[in-house]
Amino acid sequence: MKKLIKGNIALCEGAIAAGLHAYFGYPITPQNEIPAYMSKKMVELKRVFVQAESEIAAANMVLGAAVTGKRAMTSSSSPGISLKQEAISYMAGLQLPSLIVNVQRGGPGLGNISGSQSDYFQAVKGGGHGDYRLIVLSPNSAQEMYEFAYDSFDLAEKYRSPVMILTDGIIGQMMEPVEFNKSEKKDFNDKNWVLTGCKGRQPRSVQSLLMKDGVLEKHNINLQEKYKIIAKNEVKYETFMTDDAEIIITAYGISSRIAKSAIKLARKEGIKAGLLRPKTLWPFPSQIIDSLAKKGTKFLSVELSHGQMIEDVKLAVNGKAPVEFLGKAGGGIVTEQEILVKIKEMAK
Amino acid sequence: MEKILSKPESLKDSVLSYCPGCGHGIIHRLVAECVDELNLREKTIAVAPVGCAVFAYDYFNFDTTEAPHGRPPAVATGIKRTNPDKFVFTYQGDGDIAAIGMAETIHAANRGENITIIFVNNANYGMTGGQMAPTTLIGQVTETTPFGRDPKREGYPIHLCELLATLEGTTYLERVSIYNPQNIIKAKKAIKKAFQCQLDGKGFSLVEVISNCPVDWGMTPLDSIKWTEETFIKTFPLGVIKDKTNV
Repeated sequence: MKKLIKGNIALCEGAIAAGLHAYFGYPITPQNEIPAYMSKKMVELKRVFVQAESEIAAANMVLGAAVTGKRAMTSSSSPGISLKQEAISYMAGLQLPSLIVNVQRGGPGLGNISGSQSDYFQAVKGGGHGDYRLIVLSPNSAQEMYEFAYDSFDLAEKYRSPVMILTDGIIGQMMEPVEFNKSEKKDFNDKNWVLTGCKGRQPRSVQSLLMKDGVLEKHNINLQEKYKIIAKNEVKYETFMTDDAEIIITAYGISSRIAKSAIKLARKEGIKAGLLRPKTLWPFPSQIIDSLAKKGTKFLSVELSHGQMIEDVKLAVNGKAPVEFLGKAGGGIVTEQEILVKIKEMAK
Repeated sequence: MEKILSKPESLKDSVLSYCPGCGHGIIHRLVAECVDELNLREKTIAVAPVGCAVFAYDYFNFDTTEAPHGRPPAVATGIKRTNPDKFVFTYQGDGDIAAIGMAETIHAANRGENITIIFVNNANYGMTGGQMAPTTLIGQVTETTPFGRDPKREGYPIHLCELLATLEGTTYLERVSIYNPQNIIKAKKAIKKAFQCQLDGKGFSLVEVISNCPVDWGMTPLDSIKWTEETFIKTFPLGVIKDKTNV
């Protein structure tokens, strides 16, 4: 049976069903439904909820829980995610599985509270200091908020890596019917690195400070090897009407929903348009873009930013096809009509 | 001959990287002795800071994690809330706990987190070469107060224990030192009491240990001990600041 709920609440339910042990948060719009819902639900379930003194502290509490092997998450919106970058970089270095949710709002600075997609660079290109990657998931519906949150912990633990769900204020706030089709999971089993007290074994330490000659270099090589495996195995995307498409829109999250409507309108006018929607922003679906580009398809990147994901589209296309851009940032939403006009221009 | 004293099990055999005459070695030993005597080694998860004690995980023989600079109280909160049966303590310096990590310290204390903090106050940032710390004394020369700390420019030394004592969430706060054997014995008692406070589920405990930093103070170890006794503890008087363990 489906239930009509907000994307942010669907995300909470997905994480809880995945065996979330602890939630640490801090208020900021447009993600406030998440800490509010967790403050009731987690306590009722006799799990851990803490409203931290800052986003910095909340992310470091996640680090503390994760170091003992507990499933933990935090959520915030853009300016708060900037503050979490310290702990995110540490968790990448310490190889700690965890979930960080960014319900994006407008920036830079304090920006505004409207949905936006301006944190793509921050999410997929590092964000914090050091050579690292996050696995970045991008849901485009309340149903996917539920499902991606549910899957994120298995993914995080499989690769000992923080996972980010990069969504936006619109997906977060929008109410949609959601099918709660996942079975309840438990906290993950004891792994050979988690801190549990050294009873019956040698003491363990979890650290990213590696001062001895060559040790940090080796650690970085290991991280890169891991990222290569993730890039090989975990790319996820959706295609819509791409088989005969002459113009392919690349869009993620809320933009992909609008793009889909625009594509249907274009098809009615006889223009062969299609959609390539990355579900994982890192690893990025470069291969499929590359093979579509080889067919001579034109690309249009539609984003609620002034052009961020388009850089990865261009890298994948690598000069083989034209790549154009349509986007707005700071509260504006690209409409299907605007996309249609752009498609028509490109079809000329 | 009978062996009457040996290295605590909670200390590894590794060579400490601390400077000659530094107080950290003594404090590490006191912490390790208390962990052993309370039989906590196998249920301990300790949090190392950023600063001189950043390598604590190379010296302590129990589970330890790293934390970003100033964040050990938040990391410890995450550990303890999800593992209430474990023994969790942080080991932090003055810059870590009272400058960059002041918010984490105050709020962990105010929530009454059932954790223990060992706070080593040596009146400067030792690891980075002796810059002004929040606890640097008025007039004290450091790398970043070459003319001495001037309160008009740099403000005043922060008395963390007294500050935390105003919070209802704190249970046990004591300031001790290690400049002579008598005070070392007192320091050990305080650390043990703070650990017991956590074991009894009584809430937030913190022991501030006034320690010496001869190299960064530009003194011989003996002079640094003398300065601790004659000057340092005049600004930071020793004693129990707050004790609600019997309430």
